[in-house]
Amino acid sequence: MSVKDRAVGGLANYVDERTGAAKWLKKNLTKVFPDHWSFMLGEIALYSFIILLLTGTFLTFWFDPSQREVIYNGNYAPLSQVHMSAAYASTLRISFEIRGGLLMRQIHHWAALIFMAAIVVHLLRVFFTGAFRKPREFNWLIGVGLLTLGIVEGFLGYSLPDDLLSGTGIRIAEAILQAIPVVGSYLAFFAFGGPFPGTAFIPRIYTVHVLLLPGIFLGLITIHLMLVWYQKHTQYPGPGRTEKNVVGYPLMPVYMAKAGGFFFIVFGVTAFLGAVASINPIWLYGPYTPGQISAGSQPDWYMGWLDGLVRMSPPLETHAFGHTISWNIMIPGLILPGILFTGMALYPFIESWITGDKREHHLLDRPRNAPNRTALGVMSLTFMIIALINGGNDIIATHFHLTINQIMWFTRFGLFILPPIAFVITKRLCLSLQRADRELVLHGRETGRLLMMPSGEFVEVHEPISPEKAWTLTQHLQPAALTVAPEDANGVRNPSGIKGKIRARLSQAHAEQIPVPTESEQKELEGGHH
Amino acid sequence: MSNEIQKFTDPGLPEHVHRRADTDPKAAKQAERQVAILFLLSALGTVLVIFSYIFMKSTTFVFLPVLGDTNAQQLALGVGLAMSLFFIGMAAVHWAKTLMPDTEVVAERHEFRSEDADRADFVATVKEQGGSAGLGRRTLIKRTMGLSLGLLGLSPLLLLRDLGPLPKKFLTTTDWKAGTRLVTDPGDRPIKPSDLEVGAVAQVLPELPAGTERTLENIGKDAVLLIRLRPEDFNLDAQRLSWTHDGIIAFSKICSHMGCAVALYEQQTKHLLCPCHQSTFDVTRAAKVIFGPAARPLPQLAIKVDDQGFLVAQQPFTEPIGPSFWERSS
Repeated sequence: MSVKDRAVGGLANYVDERTGAAKWLKKNLTKVFPDHWSFMLGEIALYSFIILLLTGTFLTFWFDPSQREVIYNGNYAPLSQVHMSAAYASTLRISFEIRGGLLMRQIHHWAALIFMAAIVVHLLRVFFTGAFRKPREFNWLIGVGLLTLGIVEGFLGYSLPDDLLSGTGIRIAEAILQAIPVVGSYLAFFAFGGPFPGTAFIPRIYTVHVLLLPGIFLGLITIHLMLVWYQKHTQYPGPGRTEKNVVGYPLMPVYMAKAGGFFFIVFGVTAFLGAVASINPIWLYGPYTPGQISAGSQPDWYMGWLDGLVRMSPPLETHAFGHTISWNIMIPGLILPGILFTGMALYPFIESWITGDKREHHLLDRPRNAPNRTALGVMSLTFMIIALINGGNDIIATHFHLTINQIMWFTRFGLFILPPIAFVITKRLCLSLQRADRELVLHGRETGRLLMMPSGEFVEVHEPISPEKAWTLTQHLQPAALTVAPEDANGVRNPSGIKGKIRARLSQAHAEQIPVPTESEQKELEGGHH
Repeated sequence: MSNEIQKFTDPGLPEHVHRRADTDPKAAKQAERQVAILFLLSALGTVLVIFSYIFMKSTTFVFLPVLGDTNAQQLALGVGLAMSLFFIGMAAVHWAKTLMPDTEVVAERHEFRSEDADRADFVATVKEQGGSAGLGRRTLIKRTMGLSLGLLGLSPLLLLRDLGPLPKKFLTTTDWKAGTRLVTDPGDRPIKPSDLEVGAVAQVLPELPAGTERTLENIGKDAVLLIRLRPEDFNLDAQRLSWTHDGIIAFSKICSHMGCAVALYEQQTKHLLCPCHQSTFDVTRAAKVIFGPAARPLPQLAIKVDDQGFLVAQQPFTEPIGPSFWERSS
């Protein structure tokens, strides 16, 4: 036995005698993970979170979360002798006097944008491949929770420097609080410790931003990953891949190297962005004062859709019995986002109710093979993108020489008209792709080689596709629609009534498919040829 | 041929294809060298970090194409850090892809549902163990427990009460009173009508009694925008016209939608635009909303000149300024 072997054995013995971990580790170090680029999206979110923790901790060493008024006398000459909050002054100090401070601030901000983008794209991957189906509904819910908290966390984060832009964002948040019926003005006064802006808000959101929310994130991310571990990862369909197995590479050494290496790649790319791409240059905005504002006020992108909805809202307010209800704030700022996020959270349960499917699913859907779901996803995405476009209407107007009015009216109508159109187009596209798959399986691949028949006719030679490919294209199930009979054999009306009818109708829409080609059909065709 | 429909069958995992480095020791050696080079590049990045942290001046700016004026030290630190991280990652991934085993492994899955016997056992255990506590039988305990736990939830809410004071009259009042002078912001100088030319805009605040400090809370509700037009441009009723002075009209600068500063004035069209949500107000028609989500005009401040010729408020605002709230009556 070499010295090295003895050292490893000794350490393993020491740990195992105290924890009994050897058995668990033996099993889990060789745990199999399937390989696909789209499984890296969630990883990017996880790694950005770690980057945020590291760079965020660095920033707290110098950031002073206080709205105490100070007179600036630091390195940045244009703001010399200006009255500002200690929060803003310390952010300037981080940006201009701490070596690497600006870099860390910029990495932190870029990592936040990447974190949110990765969560969204990861969510889209999970949605469009049906990875949220049984048994993974809990993880879907946790994911929606993480997305929601991420939006809040990001907003609080860019509000901390107390610059003119972020202060304006807080002013808008205060107006949303204030618009809540009955308790609104009380909530606003409690949140701000008195009238806006006061001096309580920055210290308060600082605690929420650096302690409360990151703690909740850590907890939720841990459960999220433990569930992935315990339930084993989903996999894409293919030869040898079934609902009962998982095909891939072992954690040790391949995934340790790949996933560990990928963390460094994500960190490296984020650091590069932080080095060369200026983001949130707060010194250009100046300190916050409620009487001033800069043109082109924009939230970060993950808030943009919300701002876009608020911007396009019609000017509706109700005044009755000495009270005011601001529909122009309530609907786009609270009610619509509430409906959207609740609908998203409940989608796995809604789909399973529609299809009546209670089986476990570990093989992912190709999006085209679930046309209704894919169309619904594209429809929601279209809605969000139109809202997001309106969130940048002032920037778009100046860049493309349009008027804000044109963009606003386009998005006001587009918000209602374009999503249904997107639904129909996507569904037809999915069915066409299914038809193309069917063609490919039954008639083979076009080779581009032309053959002249003895009769002088030209035909293109088709080559049969490989059995592996044929299996990949035909392995999925196409469950039939649920049927709900209006009356049973004895003429008793079905008690589920309208609900049952709606369910049957939805189920029918969901089950609309191009029949999967079978080997019998293929043989029959071949028989016809010869 | 049988009439039964036969589906395509799963051909099973395709045969493993070996990589060049698996069979050719020369290729393996080459891959090893590539990994080593990537690690060395990372080390080089860290050297750059150390060098720039210690030896570069933090106040040197360099001009670079695309990037513009850039702090040289921050840039060097960032590029160095990016290199040292990125190439470690690339090395690890390249190592995994070329030299670590790439044979796909199959692991079995198991249904998560427990065996029926276990489930029955579980239910029985819960019933038996729960029953032994006697919660079902002892209704007095059950009810008082519910009461105490329910009430317990109230205390955190109660304890949060001191987060802030009650709004009282703060949302409905400002520091503008009859006779309050309009002063410039910044500068706090009183204003005469002759200070403003036609087409000019100025932000003003109420003059505060000597010895009072102006806070951001004051500015947040007192900020007023002063605009001078030609008197014939106005399209106002008699009362509102009497609130102006010689073509000078004053509005609250705090947007009636969500409280942003309505700061963009377009001289040609005489429109005020809020940069947050693009609510547009027509100055000639008492700041009537002509576009955007705002539901109410900006409150107008009645002004006149006092005996010394300075602009003053005739009276306080006649309605609350800023965004709507529940207690607002109109």
